[in-house]
Amino acid sequence: MTTFTDPYSSSRETTEGTVFSVTGGDWNELVTEIGATKEERIVVNMGPQHPSTHGVLRLVLELEGETVTEVRCGIGYLHTGIEKNIEYRSWTQGVTFVTRMDYLSPLFNETAYCLATEKLLGITNDVPERASAIRVLMMELNRISSHMVALGTGALELGAITPMFFAFRERERVLDIFEMISGLRMNMAYIRPGGVQQDLPAGATQKIRETVKEMRKAFKDNSTLLIGNSIWMKRTEGIGYLDLAGCTTLGITGPVLRATGLPWDLRKTQPYCGYENYDFDVVTTDTCDVYGRFLIRMNELEQSLRIIEQACDKIDKLSGAPVMVEDKKIAWPAQLAMGGDGLGNSLDHIREIMGTSMESLIHHFKLVTEGFRVPAGQVYAAIESPRGELGAHIVSDGGTRPYRMHFREPSFNNLQSTSAMCEGSMVADIIGAVASIDPVMGGVDR
Amino acid sequence: MFGTHGTGDTSGYGGLVRTPAATGSSERPYGSYFDDVADDLERAYPAFSDAIERVVVDRGELTLHVKREKLVEVSKILRDSLKFEMCMGVSGIHYPEQSGRELHAVYPLLSITNNRRIRLEVSVPDNDAHIPSVVEVWAGNNWHERETFDMFGIIFDGHPGLTRILMPDDWQGHPQRKDYALGGISVEYKGATTPAPDERRSYR
Repeated sequence: MTTFTDPYSSSRETTEGTVFSVTGGDWNELVTEIGATKEERIVVNMGPQHPSTHGVLRLVLELEGETVTEVRCGIGYLHTGIEKNIEYRSWTQGVTFVTRMDYLSPLFNETAYCLATEKLLGITNDVPERASAIRVLMMELNRISSHMVALGTGALELGAITPMFFAFRERERVLDIFEMISGLRMNMAYIRPGGVQQDLPAGATQKIRETVKEMRKAFKDNSTLLIGNSIWMKRTEGIGYLDLAGCTTLGITGPVLRATGLPWDLRKTQPYCGYENYDFDVVTTDTCDVYGRFLIRMNELEQSLRIIEQACDKIDKLSGAPVMVEDKKIAWPAQLAMGGDGLGNSLDHIREIMGTSMESLIHHFKLVTEGFRVPAGQVYAAIESPRGELGAHIVSDGGTRPYRMHFREPSFNNLQSTSAMCEGSMVADIIGAVASIDPVMGGVDR
Repeated sequence: MFGTHGTGDTSGYGGLVRTPAATGSSERPYGSYFDDVADDLERAYPAFSDAIERVVVDRGELTLHVKREKLVEVSKILRDSLKFEMCMGVSGIHYPEQSGRELHAVYPLLSITNNRRIRLEVSVPDNDAHIPSVVEVWAGNNWHERETFDMFGIIFDGHPGLTRILMPDDWQGHPQRKDYALGGISVEYKGATTPAPDERRSYR
């Protein structure tokens, strides 16, 4: 056995057997040394810093040759304690926290949180129609940008680099719209309990309609590139198999469930935000594999575009309608306007609270520092995020802060299926299987 | 520092009163499909009145408070007879002031067949925080139970591998409990001192 002096590639003896640390260096030397051991079984630690594990996911693989006999996930590397932090913030400030959980679908986190808060407040039916239409518009745009990352990085991890360029090009268009509407490209905290933070800027629906037309044409780039492509098909067809029974027992929702042929989409089955008034189809395949899941995401893009167009019509029809509940005890920030130096309270509002009405000043101060009170109780509000059922379980004790908030994250739940999908397959197929679950570690670890 | 304690009431004059959640059962009829669920469960599970402590309907949601000894039995009936195929996880709640039932575990259930949702709630005392695991009924609850153990210290008996999942393996304490110390130290910057989180008004 050769003695290693390379500090970046070494081996040491432990009770578990010989442990090799591989961080670069000469692979031939390593292969020779591993080949010298009698061990048939190798345990490989993949991640948490690995380019194809979607962020800080750690996979512990037990291999026999190239076959995976056991997979275990290690998570928690991105745990930020959002659920704990939120217990010390007002209900409105909570939006700013939840938007950072699953960072690829911030608007879904905000909507789930706000729907649950509104349910607790008992104002679900008071949310203006225009606000709900804007929420739907923003969520569907977000679904496109999220699916674009899933498709782009999924293809990249399987060795195809061009689809990622196409996908991120389209995602950029969506982010530009987000920036135009909310001022931010991600983590917008745009959807607030009772409505949305501010109305759409002038000409927004026009710009969105133009973008929709461009995207509809550009989406074909990726689908013509991937569907039927022999390398892509060989890497995805029949890989990461999980059928309906597996999905229900593991609580899997979203594209993975719809790839088994079950048209379960909360937008249709348990509508919220007025989804029952939109005309769209639930996309399914019956292949139960990685290919089917990517195909669903590709076809869902077109359905999202359809919803966006209908939402734009609705928003135009309701022009001038409020975007926040009327109750001034909840509606915060109440009066916002885009000034020369960016977004802030409108000058009229400042004039009123600083110049004419003492009571308005007191009310504004109390609402901003203390926040509103939410009647005691617990609710669970679920929406269809790009990854599946995103549920917000929120408990209030009647105070100005959430007593307990728990997010049922689809990424967290669906990642459990890695073992079921991958055990018995080849090492290389793990990449495709994990990519088809589309886990976002910010959501998994929260 | 100044201000009141234990509430978000910054002025101290808001008269904020925290009302504990109602402890009684809801009266029939429950409305919506909840009566059907309760009837079906009573038919399929003769020991209903013994196992279900309370039935609460609030804000359009049905909660069944289940005795922990009966949780697995009730879960199996709900899955097989009432077609609640999916359990959407488990969420813990810590109520330090409810002596004898400080820790609660909440299971949101989903029936795809009937397009229904209900919720199970189990409460246990802090000094005997054991709840039977439902992983054998819904395998997908594996990670969710690990998370609730990690965050609240509830021990799910019969779980195939109950270890920490989000916090490091050697972590002390369970962060989501209300008595978990926030820790931290005060920070001095340019002559002014920012108190440690435990000392700060907004964290009390």
